Amino acid sequence: MKQAVYGLAGPVKKYGPLVLLGIFLLLPLLITKTYILGLLCRVLMYATLAGSLNVINGYSGQMCIGHAGFFCIGSYVEAILATRFGISFWLLLPLAGAVAALMGLMVALPTLKMRGVYLAIITLGFSEIIRLIALNWTEVTGGAMGIKNIPVPQLGGLEFSNARTYYYIFLGVAALFLFVTRRVVRSRIGRAWMSIREDQLAARSLGVNTPAYKAVNFMYGAFWAGIVGAAYAPYARFIDSTIYSLDEGFNILSMVIVGGSGTLMGPLAGSVVINALTELLRPIGQWRMVAYGVLIIVMMWFRPQGLIGASDSVLAGRDIKAKKQKAKEDAK
Amino acid sequence: MLEITGLAVNYGYVRALTGVDITVRKGEIISLIGGNGAGKTTTLMAVSGLVEKQQGQVRFKGADITRMAPDRIVQMGLAHVPEGRKIFPSLTVYENLIAGTVGNPKLDKQQIQALLEESYALFPRLRERLAQGGGSLSGGEQQMLAIARGLMMDPDLIMLDEPSLGLAPIVVEEIFELILKIRELGKTVLLIEQNASMALSIADRGYVLELGRVTMEGPGRELLNDPCVKHAYLGD
Repeated sequence: MKQAVYGLAGPVKKYGPLVLLGIFLLLPLLITKTYILGLLCRVLMYATLAGSLNVINGYSGQMCIGHAGFFCIGSYVEAILATRFGISFWLLLPLAGAVAALMGLMVALPTLKMRGVYLAIITLGFSEIIRLIALNWTEVTGGAMGIKNIPVPQLGGLEFSNARTYYYIFLGVAALFLFVTRRVVRSRIGRAWMSIREDQLAARSLGVNTPAYKAVNFMYGAFWAGIVGAAYAPYARFIDSTIYSLDEGFNILSMVIVGGSGTLMGPLAGSVVINALTELLRPIGQWRMVAYGVLIIVMMWFRPQGLIGASDSVLAGRDIKAKKQKAKEDAK
Repeated sequence: MLEITGLAVNYGYVRALTGVDITVRKGEIISLIGGNGAGKTTTLMAVSGLVEKQQGQVRFKGADITRMAPDRIVQMGLAHVPEGRKIFPSLTVYENLIAGTVGNPKLDKQQIQALLEESYALFPRLRERLAQGGGSLSGGEQQMLAIARGLMMDPDLIMLDEPSLGLAPIVVEEIFELILKIRELGKTVLLIEQNASMALSIADRGYVLELGRVTMEGPGRELLNDPCVKHAYLGD
């Protein structure tokens, strides 16, 4: 049985993403309830958002817990420029990402020598500063009143004005993120990030320019968070600073932890689980935050590597077996 | 190939090196021996740019690398295998080896494959464990992986910091045989060791470091028979 499962590793790796993409493409045709489609939109949005945080926390081992700040920047850049200047959503998407990446660089530069909890606290502070700016810079951000009537994206004659159509925007962003990030983490840049995560001194002795790679890592994660923020603003049609609170930052972080940091699919799994739990636990009201807390503690205790992560997970186990087989064949 | 002159390094108010002079010629194995706190590791860290130098000059292949960043030094062909192996435990052996090529962007796919083959030939045991996590290897295998990863940078000079540390005697012998094989590949080796007898027996020349300065130097065999060295480092 095990052999049969291991034998599937190759095809699963090769065609799995395409099959998964096919399923996601067909879902809106099979689901009639707008509520479920809205939930799926959230799942895809948070999968990308958690994935972008995972690039920072999971691949380079830096500790960012203020990711909501970059998400906020992306949303406000889109909302302000779309409502005031009527700039196209499709142009604003990468622009918001670029602005968030620039802010990522500004956070990264003074913190390049910091690690662990010190860096975490600085990113937390950054996130709060961004939220407070959004709250108090009334002339630009609308202050506590927020920004409303954010125009919906249009493509040809199609208007993305409901969950059924907007789903494809979130799916497109998530698919693009996974495709690009998969290539990046397997490139020289990704290897440099992982060597920094494993041991900074060893990475430096191997000739890895650690400050530069750490800064690029932060910018990359912030870039995608900015894009997700920009995609979210016209979907919600109204944004204000309360959305981008510290709670939101911890929510994103919990998806990375539950799904499995340092893996491509972990944040997607984390987003599915946390969003499903949010809905399932709705009847217990505020107690669901307690349930979240318990879940995180249980995960940390029994499975710190997350649902999809590290060498003893079901998926990784298959992968390693396949690699061993290949190594044996190479040796022959 | 490598000339270190008047090298001084401070850690805060503590002076770790007080004017070290070492010369390494192409194709040599040079051993640097000394007790704990003598400044051996600091010397290597300073050469590879990992710690700041207060005084002195380091020249590699004729170029002044005193103020050069570590990544540029690696690109010039100087590899440093740090003390304590420092392999990447959660990456596989293969991924560890490939990580060695990150700092040398000039390497193309074919060259990387050739370097991998070279490593497999030198360390057949690593080939058998390619998909195994680095952290699950034995101490000796981890040391081999650390050296192999250093060689993946395709260096002209490789600096090994205490490669025999914490290993069983039989594995230590294996490691020293490997160092001789590395020289046969055309590499120059600067070796730091507490195992003075083994280090000097394979060295063309050796340096004795005490309290941050070179106190003796000479051919490896000569130092091995020196009464002071024998008394201080060989237990005679």
